[in-house]
Amino acid sequence: MLDIRNLHARIGDNEIIKGLDLTVPAGEVHAIMGPNGSGKSTLSYVLSGKEDYEVTEGSVTFNGQDLLALSASQRAAAGVFLAFQYPVEVPGVANMTFLRAALNAQRRTRGEEEISTPDFLRLVKQKAPALGISQDMLRRGVNVGFSGGEKKRNEILQMALLEPKLCILDEADSGLDIDALKVVAEGVNALRSPERSMLVITHYQRLLDHIVPDVIHVMHKGRIVRTGGKELALELEETGYAAYGADAA
Amino acid sequence: MNAEPKMTSRPTRTPAEQALADMLSAAPVSEAGRLGELRRAAAAAFVENGLPHRRVEEWHYTDLRALLRTVPARRAATSTPGEAVSFPNAIRVTLANGEVGPLPAELPQGVSLLTLADAIASDHPLLQRLGAAAPALYDAPLALNTALLGAGLVLHVAAGVKVARPIQVAQLFGGEAASVFTRLLVVVEEGASLSLIESFEGDGAAYLDDTVSELFIGDGAALDHVRLQAEGAAAIHLGTLVADLGRDARYDAFVLTLGAALSRLTVHGRFGGTGGHLGVRGASLLSDKRHADVTLFVDHAVAGCESRELFKTVLADSARGVFQGKIIVRPDAQKTDGRMMSQALLLSDDAEMDNKPELEIFADDVQCGHGATAGALDGKMLFYLMSRGLPREEAEMLLIQAFAGEAVEFVADLAVREVLTAHMTRWLEERHR
Ligand SMILES: Nc1ncnc2c1ncn2[C@@H]1O[C@H](COP(=O)(O)OP(=O)(O)OP(=O)(O)O)[C@@H](O)[C@H]1O
Ligand SMILES: [Mg+2]
Repeated sequence: MLDIRNLHARIGDNEIIKGLDLTVPAGEVHAIMGPNGSGKSTLSYVLSGKEDYEVTEGSVTFNGQDLLALSASQRAAAGVFLAFQYPVEVPGVANMTFLRAALNAQRRTRGEEEISTPDFLRLVKQKAPALGISQDMLRRGVNVGFSGGEKKRNEILQMALLEPKLCILDEADSGLDIDALKVVAEGVNALRSPERSMLVITHYQRLLDHIVPDVIHVMHKGRIVRTGGKELALELEETGYAAYGADAA
Repeated sequence: MNAEPKMTSRPTRTPAEQALADMLSAAPVSEAGRLGELRRAAAAAFVENGLPHRRVEEWHYTDLRALLRTVPARRAATSTPGEAVSFPNAIRVTLANGEVGPLPAELPQGVSLLTLADAIASDHPLLQRLGAAAPALYDAPLALNTALLGAGLVLHVAAGVKVARPIQVAQLFGGEAASVFTRLLVVVEEGASLSLIESFEGDGAAYLDDTVSELFIGDGAALDHVRLQAEGAAAIHLGTLVADLGRDARYDAFVLTLGAALSRLTVHGRFGGTGGHLGVRGASLLSDKRHADVTLFVDHAVAGCESRELFKTVLADSARGVFQGKIIVRPDAQKTDGRMMSQALLLSDDAEMDNKPELEIFADDVQCGHGATAGALDGKMLFYLMSRGLPREEAEMLLIQAFAGEAVEFVADLAVREVLTAHMTRWLEERHR
C-alpha cells in the first residue's frame, strides 16, 4: 500500500505540492480530481521519481519501502508505474526493443531471470491485440507517429506487460474517443487485483463510470482537500470546484 | 602560376613543418611525366604554404599548425599491431604501417588489385586518374600525401561488373611512432558496382596517418563505402576522400569515427554528370580529449543531382567535434536536390561542438536545405525510459544508440552495419566502465 504523509515538493522556487496526505491500500482504486494546475501531474512525477522536483518535506512509503530514496528505475522495479498524461516519443528506439529492455531491466533489478525471446513475443501477442496495438506500432519508434489515442493505449500495454503494483494513471482518458475509452478502461480493469493499488487522475466522471473507484480525492493547490466515495464525482460534475476557492475557468 | 617571391613574411616554420619539409627533401621526386610533375608541385606547395592554421577558413576549428607539435619520422614497419577488424564475407587486404600485405590469391571476375608501387613501376595507365579529381585548392594533408606517394593500392572494377563481396582495405598502425602516407585509388567503371570498406586501427603509439582515397565512379556505376576510423588513442589521423561521380552514378558513404587524438577527414564530392546521387553519412563517438573534424565539400557542378549528408556526433568528457559542410550549387546545376544535417549530442559540460553547414547557391531552380543542432540528452525521454525500469546508464545508452542509429541505418549491408553497431556499443560500454 501507498502512504504519503505531509508531502511538500517544488520545482525551482515554486512549491507545488504543499503538505499532501494520501493513503491507498492494496487492492483499492483511488481517483484524484481537481482543477487545472492543482498539482496532480506533479504528484504523479514526484511519486515516480522525476528528478526535476525537489521533495522538501514529508515521506512516501510503498509496501514499507521509502520510495523517495529510490531512483526512477528502482521505483519501477519496485512496482511503480506512471501512465503519462503526455506519453513521450522516443525516435530510434523500437517499441518492441523498449518493452523488452524495460521488462528485463526490472527483472534484473529484482534479481529475477530475464524473459526469453519466445516467451516475450508470446506475452506481447497475448496482450497487444486487445489494446489495438498493431505489429506496425510495435516495430515503430516508441510512440513515434502514434495518434493521441494510440499513445494512451500503448501506455496501458506497457502497464499490462510490466504488471506493476502501483498504477498511476494521469488523465488516461484525455484525447480518447468513446470506443478507445472503453478499450483503455477494460485494459485497466483487467489489471485490478487485491495486490495492486491504482491512482486514477481524471477530470471527468465519464472515466469513472468505466473504472469505478473505491475512493475519490479532490486535490487543490497542492493538497487533498476532500475525500469521499464515488458519488463525489457526480457532485463535482454539478458544482465544479468553486466550493474549494477555485476560479471558474 | 607565376611563382614570384612573396614579400609578405611567412611565419617561421614550426618544428612539425620543418620535419615535414625535411621529409620532402629526403625523398626527392625523380619520376618524369605527369606523376612527377604532380608530386613536385605538391611538394613545392607545402614548402610554400606549410600547415594550415585557424585563419585558413577550412581549418578554422582545427588549427593543424598549432595542434601538430611533432611529426615522427617515416620508417619501415617494425611490428604488426595484431589483427584487423573483420567484416563478414569481405575480401581483405591489410596494410601494416603502410606496407601492403599479401594480395588476395583470388579476386572476383573483373576486379583487379595492385600495389601502388607496382603501378608506378609499370607506369600503369590507371595512374592517369591519380590526382585528377583532387580539388585545385591547396590542402596540406593531400599535398603531403601526393608528394610522398608510394604506399597504397589501386583497385579497378571493369565495366558492368557487379562485385558481390565487399572488399576491405584494412590499415593497421603501431609498434613505433612513425609517419605513414597511404593512397588508395579506386576506379569503378561504367555500370559496375562495388562495396568498399576501409578500416584504420592502431595501438597506443603516437603515429601519424595521412591517408587519401580517390574514388572514380563511372556512368551508371555504384559505390557503397564504409570507413571505420578506430585509430589508437595517441594517433593523428588525416584523411582525405575524393569522390568523382559520373552520369547517373551513385555513391553512398558511411564514416564512423571513434579514435585518434586528433582526426580530420576532408571529403570532396563532385558530380561530373547529371542524375548522380551522393550520400555521405557518419557518426563520431568521441571521448577523453579527442578532437575530430569532418569537413565536406559537395560540388554540384552539373544539373539534376542529389546529395544527402547526415552526421551525428556524440561527445563525452572534454572531446571536441567539428562539422563543416559546404554544398556548392553552380549556375548550371538546376534541379539540384541537396540536404545536409549535422546533429551533436553533448554528454558532458566540457565537450564542445562546432557546426558550420553552408550552402552556396548560384542556380535558381534548386531544392536545398541544411541544419545543425547541438544539445544534451533529452531529459523527458530519459525520464520516460527510467520510469519503465531502465537504469540511467542503460537508458542513456539506448538514447545514444538511437541518435547515432539514424545515420548508421543508411548502411545497406546488414552484416556490415552490425560490425559498426558493435563498435559503437563497445564505445558506449567503455564509457561506463
Ligand atoms: N517545470 C515547471 N516549472 C514551473 N512550474 C511548473 C512546472 N511544472 C509544473 N509547474 C506548475 O505546477 C503547477 C501544477 O502543475 P501540474 O501539471 O501538476 O497540474 P495538474 O493538476 O496536473 O493540471 P492539469 O489538470 O492541467 O493537468 C502548475 O501551476 C504548473 O504551472
Ligand atoms: Mg496534469
